[in-house]
Amino acid sequence: MINTLRTIFDSPGVRDAALGTALLGIVAGVMGCFAVLRRQSLQGDVISHAALPGVAVAFLLGARGPLLLVLGGAIAGWVALMLVGVIGRRSRVPVDAALGGTLAVFFGLGLALMRYIQVNVPDASRHPLDRFLFGQAALLRDSDLWAIGTIGAVVLLLLSLVWKELKLLTFDPDYAASVGMPVRRLDLLLTTLTVVAVVIGLKAVGVVLMTALLVAPAAAARQWTNRLGSMVVLAAAFGALSGIGGTVLSHQLGSRAAVPTGPTIVLVATGFVLFSLVFGLARGLAWEVRWRSVAKQGNL
Amino acid sequence: MRELILVLAVVAATCAIPGVFLVLRRMSLVSDAIGHVLLLGIVLAYFITRNLDSPWLLVGAAMTGLLTVVLVELLQRTKLVKSDAAIGLVFPALFALGVLLVSVNIRNVHLDVDAVLLGQPELATVPRWQMFGYNVKPIAILFAVLTLNLTLCLLLFKELKLSTFDPGLAAALGFRPGVLHYGLMTVVSITAVAAFDAVGPVLVVGFFVVPAATAFLLTDRLGLMIVLAVAVGIVAAVIGVTAAERLDSNTAGSVAAALGLVFALVFLAAPGRGLIAAQFQHWRQRRTFEETMLAVHLYQHEGTPEEADEARADGLDQHLRWPQARVHRVVDRALVNGLVLRERELLKLTPLGRERAKQVFGER
Repeated sequence: MINTLRTIFDSPGVRDAALGTALLGIVAGVMGCFAVLRRQSLQGDVISHAALPGVAVAFLLGARGPLLLVLGGAIAGWVALMLVGVIGRRSRVPVDAALGGTLAVFFGLGLALMRYIQVNVPDASRHPLDRFLFGQAALLRDSDLWAIGTIGAVVLLLLSLVWKELKLLTFDPDYAASVGMPVRRLDLLLTTLTVVAVVIGLKAVGVVLMTALLVAPAAAARQWTNRLGSMVVLAAAFGALSGIGGTVLSHQLGSRAAVPTGPTIVLVATGFVLFSLVFGLARGLAWEVRWRSVAKQGNL
Repeated sequence: MRELILVLAVVAATCAIPGVFLVLRRMSLVSDAIGHVLLLGIVLAYFITRNLDSPWLLVGAAMTGLLTVVLVELLQRTKLVKSDAAIGLVFPALFALGVLLVSVNIRNVHLDVDAVLLGQPELATVPRWQMFGYNVKPIAILFAVLTLNLTLCLLLFKELKLSTFDPGLAAALGFRPGVLHYGLMTVVSITAVAAFDAVGPVLVVGFFVVPAATAFLLTDRLGLMIVLAVAVGIVAAVIGVTAAERLDSNTAGSVAAALGLVFALVFLAAPGRGLIAAQFQHWRQRRTFEETMLAVHLYQHEGTPEEADEARADGLDQHLRWPQARVHRVVDRALVNGLVLRERELLKLTPLGRERAKQVFGER
């Protein structure tokens, strides 16, 4: 077992991929805590799908490097979230319908643009954009790792600077507003950080499944603790482990077929969720069953 | 191209009918989840039948859709995760499982990931499913589901209407909310299965939700809303397919983008409820308010010794604390609308203006 792992990590491709997805898991896990606690878990779903046309437009405008493509995706994801907000506030369309509709419209636009690029842009085949659909961590280059590492570090740094304010915003936005905090601006900052955390993962995990990397580690971490600080640390750990585990699993399965990394990472993350739902120390199902049987025997 | 328009129009119309109820019941994202998990159902059914043309693949897909709804509800019931997180946990996991199984096991069979994700509307008129000894085209299935949705909608219109707008009363009157709920979920699953071939798992949610949301901006009547939603879907199908043909681009994606375009137009320009109409109404209210304020000011000082000072047209900027420009604008409009008269440098209320001011104080 240990030996297999050692041989796996000896190949630089897997080592880079595991490192990249682990970094992604940390950033997404941390940001996911806020999304889950604020009941906005599906924000990530919208951001990641909506990023696709942004990536395509950036490509059409001549961007080829990871940073510019990610920037295009981030702008599109951000615009989509703002549109959802406007539709929710300025019309009677329910927010969930606004989320679902925006997601599909942006994604459809992205698919149309991708096909247009394949047909009309000469060097498109050298930069296959459809990697962004399911992600291929094995294709992460040094420049990608640097991009993920740097941007992720900036996100976490900003988060730690306004940690106290964001904590209050998450648990009691009304109180935060009443003590004079700039709630709208903090909300915007948190949204922007979430957008960034999602889009940097697109190349490795893909637009369709990046949402899970946001939600799953946070939901798993929530089962072990009632403190935001510990939840964030745990979610980061679950996220990193999902990234590494998923990459290795994809590599192992990949010896027989081309397996995209996105799905394996999501399945490992889901495994953590299931384990945590059953055995989570704070509220796990297993303990509840046990307490019930103890109570029935009258030992309580 | 005619054929493609027909296929996409039927998909849009078929999805729009249950979509109206999803939007009104705040369950739009369930269709997103169902759309994604169909792939897993198809793969699992394929493992059993080992035949990509078996109609059991469709049955398997529809059943996974229902299974997802049940899983999400079970997860919510543990109270360990909130409803949004429950959806966000279940469908990516099942979708990931589906993609993984496809890429590990079904290489070289024409069920590859990209085709599955993008949808293949051009194949809808090619016979594919083997049923009762016939070769059935996907579009025939689409028409069958459209007929099913229309029939159910007409037969159960009253029940659906009541349970959507007043679930409490519906339950009290003896309609079964649970039966209707799972019935609707079954219909959504079946519809998604029929649409899936043509538009892929991700865009399905758009075909359910966007036409219904657009129609919701246009009417307050449920029956009309359904008709409008179907119409919006068909219009978007025509625009989208035509654009895709011109630009040589992805058909289903273009239709989804066209749906967004139609929604945006309605969102901006809908009579009464659109952004533009709302802005006009805002301006109108503001103008009326300003005129009323002027009338109230004049009314309060009418017949008092201070009137000579308070009602002077060029002193109003001091008394009402308005900028000069606004005073001019409001006075001019009040003169035109017959609320005030100019007597030398004083403004006098007309009976109409006095009436307006009295209304504010609740006097008759």
